[in-house]
Amino acid sequence: MPGKPEESFFMDHSTSSGLYIHIPFCQTKCPYCDFCSITGTGQVADFLAALDQEARLYREQFSAFDSLFLGGGTPSWLTGAQLDQLMNNLRRHFVFAPDSEITLEANPDDLTADKLAHFRDLGINRLSLGVQSFDEAELRFLGRRHTARQTEQALLLIRAAGFTNLGLDLMYGLPGQTLEGWTGTLETALSFAPEHLSCYQLTVADETPLGQRVAAGQLRLPDEETQREFFLLTANFLTARGYLHYEVANFARQGPQAGGLCLYCCRHNLKYWTRTPYLGLGPAAHSFLAGRRWWNISSVAQYCSSLSAGEAPVAGEESLTPEQIRLETLALGFRTREGVSLATLREQPGGDAMVAALTQAGLVRVDGERVIATACGLVVADRLPLGFVGVAGA
Amino acid sequence: MPNIRNFSIIAHIDHGKSTLADRLIQWTGMVEDRQFRDQILDTMDIERERGITIKSNTISLPYTADDGREYELNLIDTPGHVDFSYEVSRALASCEGVLLLVDASQGVEAQTVANLYLAMEHDLTIIPVINKIDLPAADVPGVKEQIERELGLDSDHVLLCSAKEGIGIDEILEAIVARIPPPTGSPAEPLSGLIFDAHYDSFRGTVVSCRIFAGQVKPGDIIRLMYHGTVHKVEETGVFRLTREPRKALSAGMVGYLIAGIKTVSDTRIGDTITQEARPAAAPLPGFKEVKPVVFASIYPVGNDDYQDLADALEKFKLNDASLVYQKDSSAALGQGFRCGFLGLLHLEIVQERLEREYNQSIIMTVPGVRYRFTLADGKVITVDNPLYYPDPSSIKGEEEPFIRTSILIPERFVGAVMKLCLERRGVNSRFQYPSPGRVEINFDMPLAEVIIDFYDRLKTITQGYGSFDYELLDYRATSLLKLDILVNGEKLDALSMIVHKDRAREWGVRVCDRLKDEIPKQQFKIAIQGAVGGQIISRSTISAFRKDVTAKCYGGDITRKRKLLEKQRAGKKRMKMVGAVQIPQSAFVAVLKTENE
Ligand SMILES: Nc1nc2c(ncn2[C@@H]2O[C@H](COP(=O)(O)OP(=O)(O)OP(=O)(O)O)[C@@H](O)[C@H]2O)c(=O)[nH]1
Ligand code: SF4
Ligand SMILES: [Mg+2]
Repeated sequence: MPGKPEESFFMDHSTSSGLYIHIPFCQTKCPYCDFCSITGTGQVADFLAALDQEARLYREQFSAFDSLFLGGGTPSWLTGAQLDQLMNNLRRHFVFAPDSEITLEANPDDLTADKLAHFRDLGINRLSLGVQSFDEAELRFLGRRHTARQTEQALLLIRAAGFTNLGLDLMYGLPGQTLEGWTGTLETALSFAPEHLSCYQLTVADETPLGQRVAAGQLRLPDEETQREFFLLTANFLTARGYLHYEVANFARQGPQAGGLCLYCCRHNLKYWTRTPYLGLGPAAHSFLAGRRWWNISSVAQYCSSLSAGEAPVAGEESLTPEQIRLETLALGFRTREGVSLATLREQPGGDAMVAALTQAGLVRVDGERVIATACGLVVADRLPLGFVGVAGA
Repeated sequence: MPNIRNFSIIAHIDHGKSTLADRLIQWTGMVEDRQFRDQILDTMDIERERGITIKSNTISLPYTADDGREYELNLIDTPGHVDFSYEVSRALASCEGVLLLVDASQGVEAQTVANLYLAMEHDLTIIPVINKIDLPAADVPGVKEQIERELGLDSDHVLLCSAKEGIGIDEILEAIVARIPPPTGSPAEPLSGLIFDAHYDSFRGTVVSCRIFAGQVKPGDIIRLMYHGTVHKVEETGVFRLTREPRKALSAGMVGYLIAGIKTVSDTRIGDTITQEARPAAAPLPGFKEVKPVVFASIYPVGNDDYQDLADALEKFKLNDASLVYQKDSSAALGQGFRCGFLGLLHLEIVQERLEREYNQSIIMTVPGVRYRFTLADGKVITVDNPLYYPDPSSIKGEEEPFIRTSILIPERFVGAVMKLCLERRGVNSRFQYPSPGRVEINFDMPLAEVIIDFYDRLKTITQGYGSFDYELLDYRATSLLKLDILVNGEKLDALSMIVHKDRAREWGVRVCDRLKDEIPKQQFKIAIQGAVGGQIISRSTISAFRKDVTAKCYGGDITRKRKLLEKQRAGKKRMKMVGAVQIPQSAFVAVLKTENE
């Protein structure tokens, strides 16, 4: 298996493909959620059958993976038998490298010692836990079914079950949340020494119930300046505690061999950000292979019916032009610790001056051949590429 | 020949020249009603859209008068704007009489007066006509009185009409026949013809509009352009109907056209005299002038790859508009472009707009300026119309700038406000005339540089639209100048450099810094904008940086959505220029020109 070119920061990351499975079922729908997920388990059986059909379609194109990510939705809500069926099917169609990273997304209220043991039996070696907050009021606001206490219990169970690669999802920027409150949540999270933290800013899509409350003026989200403070506090706090800020919203505990080796970075997610092939199965899942991107229908029912009719449930696709590839490389590079190649930036007229200005403003640093966003740069990461595109130079 | 009448319609802008021309054309049956459209002689898109005449147009109208005889009425419709006054003067030199139109609701305005003087200089018969009598605000007795007092014309001979409604048109046609004398001059004399216009036809080359004063010209003749000194063989002669109509010859007294294998309009100078090579006239007709540009600005293509395109477009443009002059220019910020000279601000605007619309060019135009004169330490005198060539200040011994005499006609109640404006603009030597009760004509000597940027707009605003403005160039006068540079994050934005009077430098510096602050979008880092004279900063403004622009959200493998957003944002940057690391939109270069209230 060929490794990534040497200059890559993410040494753990390989060029092997990753597999994502979207399991679109949740017990209840959170009011801010715009992911593809439905409540109720009526369609689970159809879905698993459809998924098996879909996997079959890609056997030739994707033979081997070194990461599997079971996401959703709420994969931890599936029964043991359903998970068995799912994993067996996948293993029948595809080969997973022996050291594959196999992640399952879980909600704290689903976890029991038995369930966790079963996950381990299935080869799952990484958990991504939807904690969101350790503040009861915030959890209620977010419409989560679990309490902070349940989360703490779940965390103990996870460790007891022998999981040594654990990621927590947390959320900041909630209405009324203070920097102190958020620091408290981070502190509590750190007391469990998670290997990985994803800190997302509450982002409210218009069509969600929360979005409608915001539109109706019943709710006020923090202003940009406050959002910036949350972002920088998170970055500084976690960096000071030994976490590597390796993507806008993602932090990994430094492995035993520090000095660049990103042992606990999520190998699967890195494939998205480094433009490594991945296959996404299930409704609304996205795939990438050989300069082509495609994505699935986002209705569960339609997903199932098109597969039972023998058709691929693809909703759209695109073949990337060299210019689009360049844009993606910039956009993704500035969001990660790997950064962007200096040579690429210099190709753009005025690129040198732009790198110098960004460096002077403390937004990027030049590390050898790589230009890497600093924490202050990451707060404006979506804007950094615009310094290097489309402008007529002098 | 006794049956020919050559005349022009003159007036202040918008008093209805082209509309009256329409009626005359219809009344004489030149166009069938269904072919008709308003301002039929204004054929360019930009003329039709702005409702102004930019280029003269000529048409011969066959007319049967009340006396039962057939006449040929040659009408030259002229542009009203001062920028084109040389062209108007040549048109007038081709006529024996004019219709002087005055808007019944606006009365006599600055250019009514200026154009009347022009007509008097040429000894033309003047037929005063009050137009727009259909308007509710028409004040016929008041305007008659103005005509009598301010223009010194006998109001008993004033005709009344509504060009729009077609009222009074017969009387005008009869007056043209009765009052304007027929042309004199004999076809037997040596050829002497005046070029009063030229336009470009992509099939035939230059079509020259001319008035024959003596002699005759016909296809096959070898003619000489007396000032320009070139010789051509005539291919076709004819008269203007709605389209060109060939005739066997043009002879003394006639107005028509000739085609003589002249490739570009620039090879024919308006005002030049045509004669026969074999039997030349004794002397050229008087009044020829090289028109000199007075306003200068640089234009750059928005895309750096489009320089050649722009060069081609300018070359084509010049085929049709000899008054545009240009040469290569280059800017660190904007790349390669052209320094252009214009007859005035309207001319500049028209060139800009036509280049964009008719020639599909995306251009950036810099702040217009005038041509300064410097006397250097070594005694040499140089002229500079481009801030790029501003001489080393230590070598300058003397500085001069062009002055104009303004003629501003306003109702008396605006005197204070207009005085203030003119004084702000460094006006000196003010004189007042009271041509009629309640009206004032203000003359100032004023630097041309002060009127080329938003003077007219301001005048219109402070006089609630009642002020009219005209000017003539006077001379060069001693002045005291500075070069103002604009720095963006320490880098000079050379396209915005300008030569300014020392008392006005700070004001301009502040203005440019403020405008740029509004126009340059926020960027990843703070942007400092400074106005500098020499090493000294005289104004500044700051554009704050983006504080947050990132989605810290789980977006999984959906990279497409992120990229599409970026593609959209990038599209908005297509018309930006980089100065150092700062991205400057095209609009920023234009914004510094706009008046505050726009
Ligand atoms: N009510 C009324 N409006 C008129 C009359 N004559 C012209 N207009 C209007 O006045 C405006 C200007 O008319 P034009 O004929 O374009 O004026 P112009 O003198 O040729 O203008 P320039 O060529 O720009 O100097 C147009 O909107 C005409 O419709 C008239 O007799 N009555
Ligand atoms: S659990 Fe996750 S996927 Fe399910 S509704 Fe809540 S946020 Fe959405
Ligand atoms: Mg007109």
